[in-house]
Amino acid sequence: MTELIRLTAAQLAAAIASGEASAVEVVRAHLDRIAAIDAKVHAFLHIDTDGALATARTVDKKRTDGEKLGPLAGVPLALKDVLTQKGIPTTCGSKILEGWIPPYDSTVVRKLREADVVILGKTNMDEFAMGSSTENSAFGATRNPWDLERIPGGSSGGSSASVAAYEAPLAIGTDTGGSIRQPAAVTGIVGVKPTYGGVSRYGLVAFSSSLDQAGPLARSVLDAALLHAAIAGHDPLDATSIDAPVPDVVAAARAGDMSGLRVGVVRELNGDGYDPGVRQRFSEAVELLASLGADVGEVSCPHFDYAMPAYYLIAPSEASSNLARFDAMRYGLRVGDDGTRSAEEVMALTRAAGFGAEVKRRIMIGTYALSSGYYDAYYGSAQKVRTLISQDFAAAFEKFDVLVSPTTPTTAFRIGERTDDPLKMYLADLDTIPSNLAGNSSMSLPVGLSPDDGLPVGLQIMAPALADDRLYRVGAALEKALRERWGHALIEEVPAL
Amino acid sequence: MSVYDDVLAKYEPVLGLETHVELGTNSKMFCGCATTFGAEPNTQVCPTCLGLPGSLPVTNAAAIESTIRIGLALHCTIASWCRFARKNYFYPDMPKDFQISQYDEPLCVDGYLDVEVDGEMVRVGIERVHLEEDTGKSLHVGGSTGRIHGATHSLVDYNRAGIPLVEIVTKPVPGTGRLAPEVARAYVTELRETVRALGVSDVRMEEGSLRCDVNVSLNLVGAAEWGTRTETKNVNSLRSIERAVRSEIERQGGVLDAGERVVQETRHFHEGTGTTRSGRSKEQAEDYRYFPEPDLVPIAPAREWVESLRAALPELPLERRQRLREEWGISALDMQAALNAGAVSSIESTIAAGATARDAYKWWMGELARNANERGVEVSELLVTPGDVARISALVADGKLTDKLARQVLEGVLAGEGSPDDVVTARGLEVVSDDAALGAAIDAAIAANAEVARKVRDGKVAAAGALVGAVMKATKGQADAARVRELILEKLLR
Amino acid sequence: MTAMPSITRDEAAHLARLARLALTDDELEHLAGQLDVIINAVARVSEVAVADVPPTSHAVPLTNVFRPDEVRPSLSPDEVLAAAPASEQQRFRVPRILDEE
Repeated sequence: MTELIRLTAAQLAAAIASGEASAVEVVRAHLDRIAAIDAKVHAFLHIDTDGALATARTVDKKRTDGEKLGPLAGVPLALKDVLTQKGIPTTCGSKILEGWIPPYDSTVVRKLREADVVILGKTNMDEFAMGSSTENSAFGATRNPWDLERIPGGSSGGSSASVAAYEAPLAIGTDTGGSIRQPAAVTGIVGVKPTYGGVSRYGLVAFSSSLDQAGPLARSVLDAALLHAAIAGHDPLDATSIDAPVPDVVAAARAGDMSGLRVGVVRELNGDGYDPGVRQRFSEAVELLASLGADVGEVSCPHFDYAMPAYYLIAPSEASSNLARFDAMRYGLRVGDDGTRSAEEVMALTRAAGFGAEVKRRIMIGTYALSSGYYDAYYGSAQKVRTLISQDFAAAFEKFDVLVSPTTPTTAFRIGERTDDPLKMYLADLDTIPSNLAGNSSMSLPVGLSPDDGLPVGLQIMAPALADDRLYRVGAALEKALRERWGHALIEEVPAL
Repeated sequence: MSVYDDVLAKYEPVLGLETHVELGTNSKMFCGCATTFGAEPNTQVCPTCLGLPGSLPVTNAAAIESTIRIGLALHCTIASWCRFARKNYFYPDMPKDFQISQYDEPLCVDGYLDVEVDGEMVRVGIERVHLEEDTGKSLHVGGSTGRIHGATHSLVDYNRAGIPLVEIVTKPVPGTGRLAPEVARAYVTELRETVRALGVSDVRMEEGSLRCDVNVSLNLVGAAEWGTRTETKNVNSLRSIERAVRSEIERQGGVLDAGERVVQETRHFHEGTGTTRSGRSKEQAEDYRYFPEPDLVPIAPAREWVESLRAALPELPLERRQRLREEWGISALDMQAALNAGAVSSIESTIAAGATARDAYKWWMGELARNANERGVEVSELLVTPGDVARISALVADGKLTDKLARQVLEGVLAGEGSPDDVVTARGLEVVSDDAALGAAIDAAIAANAEVARKVRDGKVAAAGALVGAVMKATKGQADAARVRELILEKLLR
Repeated sequence: MTAMPSITRDEAAHLARLARLALTDDELEHLAGQLDVIINAVARVSEVAVADVPPTSHAVPLTNVFRPDEVRPSLSPDEVLAAAPASEQQRFRVPRILDEE
């Protein structure tokens, strides 16, 4: 039998269900892998060895007792440290929350528990999900398993790295402007941002409430679908949760059929500023889609050029409000309370000490954009751009079933390369932001290594809201064709650590 | 002339009132925590109302319904589509450091409330009625008597955080002249009655479920533009509202007369002195950075639903008082007195239990109002029921009790001695109405006062009073004096 | 398109005060410059945000999402206060609150 850590989630679940492997063995194999290599990758902030093994034992007992097991029973998972898990520290990669232990489970965690998924621990991230490289974590950067000198993407960089490094077959990330898809792209794995409202945000520590969405990261399209199905669905605790049946993403991933599907290549998400290697692999993938029977055409979404500026107004504005609660009064860090200072002073000292540079920068931008006199020009205008982008999508989806683009303009950049230039850093999310602004579903999947630098390139598939199954149908078909071409999965080329 | 009269001879006041009403829902505005007043600190909080990272609000349907009903009772237009907004400012008693409120899209707009002052109707325009969440409560420690000033630290209880709060804002109210303080008070009284009639809040000012901010500005009589207004916070009793308006009119008059400008600011009312003190000026005012609450979706009340709520509104207090005035045959001023005494419902129930309107009004506004006043309680809180009062009236009407005896019976009921009949029996208060028993007492009185009896026989009927007094004394006051007089005259003049 | 003002150090200080961030002079200086660059880069949203375009605040067109007025269990006071930096008398102990009066 292949080494347990090399199996997909679907294979592991089958092995556990049949008794071929025990959940405890599977979990131990992954914990051992983490113990062996995580010092190099630094994907995890917290590892819950006891909790994970206890859950694994419960799964094994359920199996021997003949109880019904979920489709992912006993499969290990890495959880981004932005979702609460009762009794387990949640830091959001920030000093200001160091030591905070939430007294409640997020809905995603509750659903994972119900599905008998084993949570190994919490993964590193850009502080409060603000970043594209995981360099903004207060607890040190995570490294890309393909090249340890490079970033694993962000903000869900701990999650992407853990999956690409075979520390976990599955991970949960969150995506506000591309924070699942961009890390997936630069680490050669699959990442999906579900339709906004598809996965409950209850217990997801908010960065930008109207854009945040949790979703799966995995080494195959089917694994992503299995995890997607496990965490999606209506939640009365989240008023923005959609009360509608979850599209059958697993069936779509198993079908993987392209024939007759209309695929639109977005003109605005390509061209200057894109690495030649990225463009090459993207074009090849589009040709492959056509050869699989897709009806491929080009489509223009003229307002996508305004997506990034709109995003960098909306997200910081909401963040400036969402992050106000970190004020040293009820939980988390408290600095400067010497008995003489006022609450106001202690709040300001704590926030200055507890937040990192990028968080402060975005809080300042958001405060500015919402302040009286500027609201209409900035926040108000950004909300209008949001409407225009949704209209572009709606028009494009009249002609095409899905849209495609590169997931990112470049492959993984070097650690430290962009930290001094926020605007350059923000370019990493150029292609992914429109889907967050419009709320539709979107996937990144690996389409090869760039001939420029040998690093993974991701292709983004965008589908309308509530049509998440189309992502999986197209993604699975493309994945299958690529694997046939290469003779293996791309991730198998990741260097040994 | 007083300072107040001086100021009003020269200036015209413009009023504005912002009232906060805590709704009496079972659970909080955005979470399922209980709302019980006076619970142990921090026992009614959860991740949402404590603002824990990751928590989310979900709107309480009953709070929306209650707010719409208040809006309808105040003749407002109900928005067909509106949103919550975040009001951003940092304060330790506010768990998220923003308040979920409504900004430029309130649930209800443009209504009015008619109030009666000195028998005159004043129409107070309503600008908006919106819904928001309450904050926690701080206990200030280390200073004097729990004041924030001089405290070394504070202790925060978040039980109140997230309780639904309806804010009702009036349009500016000009033209009230020297009656401005009374109009302000009458408005809040009428609003309280209206909200109480809707059954959506217990509107107790002493428990903070009704709170009021008072805006006042002055302009020269006849001036085209209104003056600069101040907003006085913490005005938390009906009497204080009246005093705060009066005090602010006097203060602003003084400022203007001195050739200075009124500063646009927040002021605080102090019960002790009855005056207001400067708080935050407009220059220091926060920039609240309102924006639509992204965690909550828009509210779009269906027309049919709003209409069904409108159809189901109870009779409103003003209409009810007008109807009752006619039924009872009393003046507007008498009705206003009953309203101020909080006795309207008691009187109504007493009539329903069989008393005449005249008797019911007399008892509640006389003996009982006095009693409640002495005890410092509302008449409705006395130990007497409308049924008791109706029964006592009936006993008087039947000649079983004299007014004097009836007051003694009432005293017994108020002292917890039981029903009126219990008290009559226990205290032996029934009128001596047996003519035979009275006859003996009369005979004894005539015998003992032969000279007086002679004068009566001689036609000096007025002299009979002394004989009546003697009989009343002999029966310890339990006889009906009129009947005694009748019997004496019968006996002596026949 | 309206000319966007550049962000001065004083303005940055005002924003920091609104946002309760006790930033050092160096931080303010540095941030003012970065903010200026970023704001200028994003200001072009107003090029297309014309009057007849309605704003979108919510990506998914839902309305009227309510919960019934039912009481649900609260946390225990121990759970509530577990993370408090300081507590006293079952309340959160916080530094003195500035006198607003």
